[in-house]
Amino acid sequence: MEEKQFLTEKVLASKADLSQKEIVDFLALLRHETVTRPVVYIGSGTCGKVAGADETLAAVNHYLYEKNINAEIVQVGCIGLCTYEPIVDIQLPGKARISFRNITHELVEPLFDDIFNSEVPYDYVLGQFNNSRHNRWENVPNITELPFFKYQHRIVLANCGISNPDSITDYIARGGYQTYLKCIRNYTGEKICNIVSQSGLRGRGGGGYHTGEKWEMAHNAVSDQKYLICNAAESDPGAFMDRAVIEGDPHLLLEGIAIAAYAIGATKAYIYVMDEYSQAYFMLNQAINQLKEYGFLGYNIFESGIDLQISLVRGPGAFVCGEETALINSIEGKRGMPRPKPPYPALEGLFGKPTVINNVETLANIPFILRNGPLHFNEIGVAEARGTKVFAISGKAMITGLVEVPMGTKIGDIIYKIAGGIKDGKEFKAVQIGGPSGSCLPASQLDLPVGYESLWDQGAIIGSGGMIVMDEDTCMVDIAKFFMNFLQKESCGKCIPCREGTRRIHEILENITRRPNGESGYEVLERFKGIMQLADLSEVIRDTSLCGLGQTAPNPLLSAMKWFREEFEEHVFDRKCRAGVCKELRLFYIDVDHCIGCVACLRKCPSNAIVGQPRQPHFIIEEKCIGCGICFDVCKFVAVKLK
Amino acid sequence: MLFDIEVNGKTIKARRGDTLLMALERNGIKVPTLCHIKDLLPSGACRMCVVEVEGRQGLIPACSHPVEEWMRVRTHSPRVVKARKTNTELLLSNHPDDCLYCERNGNCELQKFAEDLNVRERRFYGKKNKYKTDPSSASLMRDPAKCILCGRCIRVCEEIQKITALDFIGRGNKVQVGPAFNKGMNLSSCINCGQCVMVCPTGALAEKQYPAKLQDALHNPLIKTVIQCSPTLSVTLAEEFGLRPGKDLEGVMYAALRKLGFDFVFDTSFGADLLVTEQATEFYNRLKSGTALPMFSSCCPAWIKYAEQTHPDLLVNISACKSPQQMLGALISNHFTSRAGIKADEIYSVSAMPCIAKKFESQREEMTHKGITDVDLVLTTRELARLIRLNGIDIQQVEPELSDQPYQSRSSAGKMLAVSGGLTEAFIRTLHYLITGKETTQLKIQELRTVKGRKEYFVKIGEYKLGFAVINGIGNVEPLVAEIKKGRTDIHYIEVMACEGGCVGGGGQPIHPENDNVKARAKSIYELDEKESNRFAHQNASLQEVYHSFLKQPGSEVSHTHLFTTYEEREVMK
Repeated sequence: MEEKQFLTEKVLASKADLSQKEIVDFLALLRHETVTRPVVYIGSGTCGKVAGADETLAAVNHYLYEKNINAEIVQVGCIGLCTYEPIVDIQLPGKARISFRNITHELVEPLFDDIFNSEVPYDYVLGQFNNSRHNRWENVPNITELPFFKYQHRIVLANCGISNPDSITDYIARGGYQTYLKCIRNYTGEKICNIVSQSGLRGRGGGGYHTGEKWEMAHNAVSDQKYLICNAAESDPGAFMDRAVIEGDPHLLLEGIAIAAYAIGATKAYIYVMDEYSQAYFMLNQAINQLKEYGFLGYNIFESGIDLQISLVRGPGAFVCGEETALINSIEGKRGMPRPKPPYPALEGLFGKPTVINNVETLANIPFILRNGPLHFNEIGVAEARGTKVFAISGKAMITGLVEVPMGTKIGDIIYKIAGGIKDGKEFKAVQIGGPSGSCLPASQLDLPVGYESLWDQGAIIGSGGMIVMDEDTCMVDIAKFFMNFLQKESCGKCIPCREGTRRIHEILENITRRPNGESGYEVLERFKGIMQLADLSEVIRDTSLCGLGQTAPNPLLSAMKWFREEFEEHVFDRKCRAGVCKELRLFYIDVDHCIGCVACLRKCPSNAIVGQPRQPHFIIEEKCIGCGICFDVCKFVAVKLK
Repeated sequence: MLFDIEVNGKTIKARRGDTLLMALERNGIKVPTLCHIKDLLPSGACRMCVVEVEGRQGLIPACSHPVEEWMRVRTHSPRVVKARKTNTELLLSNHPDDCLYCERNGNCELQKFAEDLNVRERRFYGKKNKYKTDPSSASLMRDPAKCILCGRCIRVCEEIQKITALDFIGRGNKVQVGPAFNKGMNLSSCINCGQCVMVCPTGALAEKQYPAKLQDALHNPLIKTVIQCSPTLSVTLAEEFGLRPGKDLEGVMYAALRKLGFDFVFDTSFGADLLVTEQATEFYNRLKSGTALPMFSSCCPAWIKYAEQTHPDLLVNISACKSPQQMLGALISNHFTSRAGIKADEIYSVSAMPCIAKKFESQREEMTHKGITDVDLVLTTRELARLIRLNGIDIQQVEPELSDQPYQSRSSAGKMLAVSGGLTEAFIRTLHYLITGKETTQLKIQELRTVKGRKEYFVKIGEYKLGFAVINGIGNVEPLVAEIKKGRTDIHYIEVMACEGGCVGGGGQPIHPENDNVKARAKSIYELDEKESNRFAHQNASLQEVYHSFLKQPGSEVSHTHLFTTYEEREVMK
């Protein structure tokens, strides 16, 4: 209570003098810049928990109890280095905060033994945090000097993994909500819309519409009620930045929402979280309750005459519900199916009222823009795209996780400089950007700068920012098939091209990856006819689909066919998969020089395709073989080989 | 406000606020549509009405996009036609190839699309969804395999009828249209009005049929077949034979039915006269005692089911009279059989109705007599026309005949039951006689002849100041019921018809893509009324004879035994 009183009366009050030493010191304490007892930070985002952060937490608790150490434990969000989770940071009084990677529960005891004896276990060190008030650890690099962080420019992720997401005091101590109060005290809604327009911010959810313009449209619409919706229905395979922002810095998002709602004149805001994000839902719920406690929600906020309610809505877990009109239907309690546009939601949206729908990352940029002014934001990035973009890197990259880079950074730089290149010394093959609506880019396109039009020209989109790195072991036909399967299952089924078209494309791709054994002439004809329809069908799906899901559905296929045509041709004509992923196309033979006739493969073969006498070399009858690869796996003499 | 846009190289006038489709249609440019229903909010699902607009990346749907000044439109460019054709082919690739066996063969919109777009080759192969048909409803057959998911049935059910018995289920290509939890239609809140059948472009929704049973009965010399025809039928049957909508075929129809092999042909208008007489008496009694007012009409079985499942507390207010079909059915099995010397199990009683809810009604337990249904089979207008064609009868060559005794004569009041407001008009005529003992001189009540979904009429009859309300389209009933439950008392009699326009717009009527013949049918009914010599239900000569010999008087004990029914609360999935 004491903290709350202090913050509301001395920090958030309209005539607060933040330069007083007493206040400065107290704020430093609140944001853990200075500590009076040891503080242990544990990366407990969803990625951390999957890697075992809960067990690590239990081990830490146990250790502190056993050794009778009075220390504080803070569960932070994800700092972006998902590969290195669970990450544990330790801050001793008077010492800089130091970060360690891959601290599973059994490593807690040796680590803490070392640290409390002022020794550094260098094998696990990531780096230390810069802090002018404290002594540095020797021979420990600054965390910002790591290649992973060096090339990043963190605005949205600035406090993720660093600050305490459970605490509103931490956020306020870092200057939080002062921008919001500045806005409602000094700016009109129109002025804020102007500032956002000037900053050049564009939607980060995929469409790339100018945020300021969207807001102005809703601001100028005349209506007794307007709504703001934050779209946190992030369901692209390989995209998790919205989740990380919510888990790591929920108040940043809420401040953005509050400002946006004020700007357009909405008194009611919804956050639509997809069902699978249970922790994000919990964090937001907790943060909203804290906001209510501090008086940021409700009526007449801080005597300004402004009202605001924020409601959390849990989505049903359908991919299409990320599409804005489907999302609106879903909030209204209807089936999540897109509506035709126009009317655009900014004029006629939720319950028929003007509604702005923004992505989590877009809204998380807002406090920064209004705190530092539009020009500061405008300096970051390139002409077509200002600011930064968070990418979620997954797949075969050395480091998987979240990176935030200025717009205009080359894709290759993200993969090689920040994410450390490809794992296990394999060859880079492609990078999939933009999720199921995006496309695969080959090595030759790594020089492309990230942005809206620059990628669009190459048939790719920035999408929500998923980046799946693939190496030589990936089959591009299989990837196209995977995304088509995803889309045909997640289509809402409303319009014909998306519902029936994606399904037929998926079937055609299945046909070319199916084993040709026993195929009749008619089936071969069907297969070839199907392939000839692919381009045509894709064009119609793109031209006529109702919503973004359908309009971009052929992208993964078209890009794969554009850049990796020879792989498709191999599948079609040679019936071969060079990556060996399409199992049914694999052909095995037995090397007679190596086979000793142990009959292990013969016994295991599920289709009786292997013949031979004991202690004599065996043979595979190709017509019978189904390509399962069991013989390949069981052979101890490397006699079974892939053709 | 008018402005110019360019379409296919020509300048046309468009009106602000219109959709592109409206602007094109107004200028006589046809763009094919599939999911579109006139006057309802566009859903934009089928993508058949897409057109090319300069400056736009994709194709835009004409049905939902507002027309704007800058537009330069191409409605039939190669790109557009290709898109429409491909989408049709995609639909066909997941559609059963059994057109020749389909109910809607020859009257199917998908078939027409395939023909118009010249689909002559199978371009897309692949799996087809397999579904079971849902035969659980007494009125409807639902075959999800034939459904092309245009969503028209859903929107009619939800937005016009406000029943919401159907919706989409599932995701991706597994989507299907069905009632709640995908259970049988019999458990759903479906009221069997059949408006979904009227808008279904394919054979996915159709009335339930028993052609074999009827054929057997017609050709069995031991069984006497009787048919009664709804008052509506004579003015709609013509459409099925390509004649002018609204053309009256009354006598021709009787003759044709005899040619089909029916032994006796009756007109349900007689039943309607009977209903009006009985109901007016019942109402007058209630009026005198002041109980159970306002009284709701009871001749629409869809409305009855709706009331049973939605407003069980209003059941006492509904008239206890059976519908005309069931009244005449009961007379046939109880009065006519004994008079003609036919045993009860030797008679096969058929009715031809513009309605599919009547199929449900005839199967209700209350409508049976010792386990035998009064009406054994209900045919829709469509089925009857098919039967006539099947038997090679050229309707244009048939000489008109009269229907059979003892129910031969009818008044034009009975005929008026075909249209919304007609029942009330007929009812007022008889009520006036009951109260005052004199015939009314004001026969035409213009207030009740408008096309509005809800009409009200106030009149003083004798010493009573009475209010009459007429609802057509079950979606319009809820506001009135709410008013009455809140305590509105100036309405005394309420006529409810579940279909828009009354029975002339019923769910068993001929299916046209643009269902706009309702007005012509109603006009024909009103013209009949103008020309008719007897315009009062209670003056029907045959009716008076039946009262004299069998029923004694309106509201008598005999009437109560045969002509009255009961209702009970019904639980459905909502």
